Amino acid sequence: MSVELDVFVGNTTIMDQEVYQLWLSGYTVGDAVKVRMDGGVLDGCDASAEVLRSDTMDQFRTFQMCERLLHNPAKLANQLLFQIPPDRQAMLIDRYYAFDDAFVREVLGKKLSKGTKKDLDDVSSKTGILLKSCRRQFDNFKRVFKVVEELKGPLVENIRQHLLLSDRLARDYAAIVFFANHRFETGKKKLQYLTFQDFAFCAGELISHWTVGAMDNQLEDMDVDLDKEFLQDLKELKVLITDKDLLDQHKSLVCTALRSKTKVFAEMEASFKNLSRGLINIAAKLTNTKDVRDLFIDLVEKFIEPCRSDRWVTIDVNLYLTHYINSAHILDTFKHQAVWNSLWDELFKMLTDIQHVTVCFLVKMGMVASGASAAAEGTRATAASSEEPVPVHPTQFTTSISFSFRDMLNVGCRAWPHSG
Amino acid sequence: MPGKLKAKIVAGRHLPVMDRASDLTDAFVEVKFGNTTFKTDVFPKSLNPQWNSEWFKFEVDDEDLQDEPLQITVLDHDTYSANDAIGKVYIDIDPLLSSEAATVISGWFPIYDTIHGIRGEINVLVKVDLFNDLNRFRQSSCGVRFFCTTSIPLCYRAVVVHGFVEELVVNEDPEYQWIDRIRTPRASNEARQRLISLMSGELQRKIGLKVLEMGGNAVVGYLQCFDLEGESGLVVRAIGTACTLEKLSGGGATNNAQHTANSSPSKDMKEPVFGDECPSNPLSSGPSTPLRAPPFTSFSPSKSYSRQSSSSDTDISLTPKTGMGSGGSAGKEAGPLKILLRQQTQTALEQREFPFFTLTSFPQGFLLHVAGVVSARSVKLLDRIHNPALGSTRSYKLLDWSSCSADEPETRDAWWEELRQEIKSHARALGCHAVVGYSESTSICEEVCILSASGTAAVLNCRFLQDGCLDVLSEHRCDDSAPPGCGFCHVPYDELNMPFPAQLSPCCCCHRTKVPDVLFTTIDLPTDAQVTGKGCLIQARLCRLKKKSQGEGNATCISNLLPFLEYELHTQLLNKLKLCGMNALFGLCIQISVGENMLVGLASATGVYLSALPSPGGIQIAGKTPNDLTYDQHVSSIQRKINDTIVKNRELYEIHITEVAEDVIGSPIPEPRQRSRLFRSHSESSDELSELDLSHGKKDAFVLEIDDTDAVEDLHSLLTDAPTPPGFYSCNTEIMPGIYNWTSAIQMFTSVRVFRLNNANLTNLGLNKIFNELCENLLKSLYFKLRSMVPCCLCRLNFTVAVPEDELIQVAVTAVAMSFHKDQTQEANKAAQAHSQMKAIAETEEQLQFPLELNAESASPLSPKGSGPQDGSNSHGRAPSVDYSSFADRCSSWIEQLRLRAHTIRRGSIKTSSSPLPEGRSRSLRSTRSFPGSSVSVVKMTPLSFIPGAKIVKYLGIINMFFIRETTSLREEGGVSGFLHAFIAEVFAMVRAHVAALGGNAVVSYSMKECVFMENPNKNQAQCLINVSGDAVIFTRESDQEGHLPQTSHPQPTEDTPP
Repeated sequence: MSVELDVFVGNTTIMDQEVYQLWLSGYTVGDAVKVRMDGGVLDGCDASAEVLRSDTMDQFRTFQMCERLLHNPAKLANQLLFQIPPDRQAMLIDRYYAFDDAFVREVLGKKLSKGTKKDLDDVSSKTGILLKSCRRQFDNFKRVFKVVEELKGPLVENIRQHLLLSDRLARDYAAIVFFANHRFETGKKKLQYLTFQDFAFCAGELISHWTVGAMDNQLEDMDVDLDKEFLQDLKELKVLITDKDLLDQHKSLVCTALRSKTKVFAEMEASFKNLSRGLINIAAKLTNTKDVRDLFIDLVEKFIEPCRSDRWVTIDVNLYLTHYINSAHILDTFKHQAVWNSLWDELFKMLTDIQHVTVCFLVKMGMVASGASAAAEGTRATAASSEEPVPVHPTQFTTSISFSFRDMLNVGCRAWPHSG
Repeated sequence: MPGKLKAKIVAGRHLPVMDRASDLTDAFVEVKFGNTTFKTDVFPKSLNPQWNSEWFKFEVDDEDLQDEPLQITVLDHDTYSANDAIGKVYIDIDPLLSSEAATVISGWFPIYDTIHGIRGEINVLVKVDLFNDLNRFRQSSCGVRFFCTTSIPLCYRAVVVHGFVEELVVNEDPEYQWIDRIRTPRASNEARQRLISLMSGELQRKIGLKVLEMGGNAVVGYLQCFDLEGESGLVVRAIGTACTLEKLSGGGATNNAQHTANSSPSKDMKEPVFGDECPSNPLSSGPSTPLRAPPFTSFSPSKSYSRQSSSSDTDISLTPKTGMGSGGSAGKEAGPLKILLRQQTQTALEQREFPFFTLTSFPQGFLLHVAGVVSARSVKLLDRIHNPALGSTRSYKLLDWSSCSADEPETRDAWWEELRQEIKSHARALGCHAVVGYSESTSICEEVCILSASGTAAVLNCRFLQDGCLDVLSEHRCDDSAPPGCGFCHVPYDELNMPFPAQLSPCCCCHRTKVPDVLFTTIDLPTDAQVTGKGCLIQARLCRLKKKSQGEGNATCISNLLPFLEYELHTQLLNKLKLCGMNALFGLCIQISVGENMLVGLASATGVYLSALPSPGGIQIAGKTPNDLTYDQHVSSIQRKINDTIVKNRELYEIHITEVAEDVIGSPIPEPRQRSRLFRSHSESSDELSELDLSHGKKDAFVLEIDDTDAVEDLHSLLTDAPTPPGFYSCNTEIMPGIYNWTSAIQMFTSVRVFRLNNANLTNLGLNKIFNELCENLLKSLYFKLRSMVPCCLCRLNFTVAVPEDELIQVAVTAVAMSFHKDQTQEANKAAQAHSQMKAIAETEEQLQFPLELNAESASPLSPKGSGPQDGSNSHGRAPSVDYSSFADRCSSWIEQLRLRAHTIRRGSIKTSSSPLPEGRSRSLRSTRSFPGSSVSVVKMTPLSFIPGAKIVKYLGIINMFFIRETTSLREEGGVSGFLHAFIAEVFAMVRAHVAALGGNAVVSYSMKECVFMENPNKNQAQCLINVSGDAVIFTRESDQEGHLPQTSHPQPTEDTPP
């Protein structure tokens, strides 16, 4: 005595969000029924577990049939098989493409290849996310990567349009694609304290200021590749550390500015040369793909860690960086007019402005977290430093970009509290 | 050469990858009609080809236009090997043949393959240029409209209802031809699909011819069925009701009045009509009908009755008398003319071969009296000797049934003819000259076939049946018909010549004539019926084991079992009805399915408490061994349980008998009359209460003896039925009495379950229990699934049972869940009723819109002279007091509803992509369909004939589709459930696509006629056949219409028109 066949099909496809989430999380029907039972779905209903099982089976089947369509969200809108109201469609897509921060943190920056996919069971056991769900998330990353790989124009916009994702998800996927493309190292122990949202913020900054798309009004090529020319130009910054005079002048300018403004002035003065060398070296090496990959780990090792060991807080870092840039600017106008032409001069002013915005923003965040431990503050500082090289870049800024940068910060501002 | 069909292939999308190397497809399209084929160019290397072809023109006979479908095949071009078929689209062009239906078919159709399912979509444009053919001897019947709806379609008026039409076409089943052994399953399935499409086209054409012969222009309640008789062939048969319909020019508030009238039985407003009449001729109705005051039946077990058919001659001689009698009941002094007309009707009906009507709800005044269900069954052996021409030696030619089986339909025709005769004589025996709510069905197992026919014996008003009558009678409309609220319950047969023993009692509404104590019918609840409380779904379920045998022996065995099965189903229904505290069943449908080793019976109906009928007695339990003390205790405990259940059910369905009395007070009827009636209803209700306690000794109490195993079984099935969970109601009729304010949220669904009985040694009892549980669990599952729609009502719950294999029972349910606003006070409710009633009246007045006051006035001039002006003024004086007595109450509830409506509108706007459009803009509807975001228009589907809160502005044609799906990779497709789930979803998708292409946005009267599922898990194979039908329509939202509503003094003019 057994039910051989049991189906329910509605003209408007019936979908329970809770069941959908269970399906997405990779539960089997049996486990999902258990979870639902424990969740008290049956309370107030005169229904048995059998009824619940039948309902769960039906919905799991529906989702399975929908999955094919979800792989190409544009199809979902004009397919005829399921009649799903548009708001539900959006929900289906968004939930399908949503991912666990714990999972993405494991995969971020890795090549989206078969090899990585094979290692997913390790990721699954490490994160406690079911393998099925891991596979879905991984395949999503890969799919989005493939879709936007060949496309021109702004990355976030492409993702939003071709996969019909929400703004937030599109931004996150842009970060994932960007990281996967450059294979930034994020898995090192020293980087473990950074969340995905921290990296996503960095990715956003890098995409808007360092990529080819950011240079040429987004027509030429896509956002994914870093601007080679720009990286090449960064080499010229080496003059700041190789020229002894310059280095000293720079230091004195910064120190003059910082004096009596911070408690850790002595440490700043002492470590100025080291820090400056560290930063400039990172910037100068970026033409090398290998060094691009190590960008974040280098930043932590060469800049963040020395700062932390000197017990700087976020405000100190910000102050330091602000004046570091400002002074470099003054240096240039005084000493190297031959090298820095007047256009660059203009740009530097712009940079300062932007740096200022960034710093203000970061200070604010630092204040919020001021009660927290030094380590927590360090988190903020890293985020700050990770985009620190941006201001040093002299070629790219126009007013419009500065505004877009502001916008970015605003968006980042919203995202920020989640990352902590 | 009277027609030119034009087709254009525009584009394709989402095509499957046919070339693995390039991951692309080189698609082209073949367009075929009759024997002519056109091809498009190959569109290379694309999954979204843009053919944009020229117009392919087919010049064809209109006969072919009706029979043939347009066949579109999408193929993948292959240079070296044969072209691969991607899939097909069959387009029925019948809707284009009527000037009033669709004008163009244009849209995306799913490309369907019987093995792979839907594989992409194709955009097609089809038009027809039709030249009029006035040849009387023509074989075509273009222009006759077909409706599945079993009532007069909402934007039409029935000028004449001509009557029953039937036709039957037989061919051999391609699945059983010798060639099937060598062709692919795909070719076989396609041959079958095409054949059935052709056959239904032919059938429709032939029926159309009959309709034209009768002078009609439409078929309403068109019911087409397939009998897959296996080796002996394939039968496609159809029945329907021929009508002359007239499009309502006003179009405005009419149909909304119709459906709101549907959903709200008239009470208060009708009262003055007969309230006026009553004092005038309290005696005339009595004495003038000496033969009247009749008996009752609810049910006629076929076998016992078929024996009587020989003696039915005497019954026939009785009928004219009863007919006159019933005429007298309503007729007054002005009688003679009416009686004459009545006799004309009588003879008109008499002359008709079968005075049957497939309609289940009727224009007001059409149905005079209802006697009860008549049904007949016969067991036939599908013998190959009947059609020797169908031997396996004949060469394969798809379309030559006309030559091969010329004599074959005769056999089947004769079988049905027999059955119909039987039904007719049953109806006569009940003193009725017509059968309404008529339907036919079959159940086939191997070579045994059970043919069933059932309907409701009734007496009809002549005015819709004859051409001339209408004009004369329209003036006398009101006095011609019996009191609307209770008239149809009055027994039409003669008390002295009762066909069988039954208890009659005076009508509780008008007290003038007799009514039966229980009424069973196959029709929908009449719109004007007075109902107390709400209704509920009542099901009787039964399984009977049967020995496996062959041929004649098997047939005999089945026919011996049948009467018992029917009797038990009937007893179960009656018990359950009493348990619910109700006294009438509507929409009764009894299915008996035959399997190799069992018979399964399922009777579904909607129980209601008709105010006119006496309150049902309790159920008394009696033991046979009264001396045993413990046994007595057992008996009394069961008794207590039953009594508790009855009380609980009354509470649940809001059957408060005392409330009837209040209603009576509230209704504008003359004072003295009211008093007496009030008194009576009080006395009745007290009777009612005492009956519950003292059910022993009451003559109408139902006695069950539980010594007998059958009774234990009955008891068991009685008490195991779980009540519907809170917030849910269910019925198998169009409307649920007591619920008026539907929201626009509807959800049509199909659910199928197959149950395997592993245990070979089952007893009848065990089998019953399993079957019962299967149905109960299915219902529970539905309630659980749809819990988000609460409060809601499952309407048109249509169960079909089948025994596909030895140990399998298959139950398929199609229904619609409709949510409604809960927080309506009784007052708002009543006001809504009065309001809709007014509209209903306005409707019968040929769509003149009357203010409320006018109605009361319009009633009084129509009443006979003796009625007294004081009564009229009295009713006048009272009506407003009813309206304003609880003004504040209603206002608050109104605000509440506005809030709710705002909410649902928000929800609704998401669901309906197309904004409401006025009539005649179907073309623009089509053009607005493609809007950014979602290019797919929403198509609603419902088994009901209306859409709540919406107005149907146009019927676009009938949807009648047949699909076969087969798989040889069952496991890979998710097992049987996955396979069927996908298939049903695909069928829905194809129905929606066809409707959208016709320019429609809904399917009404949708039903799944057939769902035959076969599996062979060992071979990893399964096959399923589904036949669906419905009416494609365009509807617009009510909000558009609100301006059209009559201005009244009501604070909530749109109370009964849910948003």
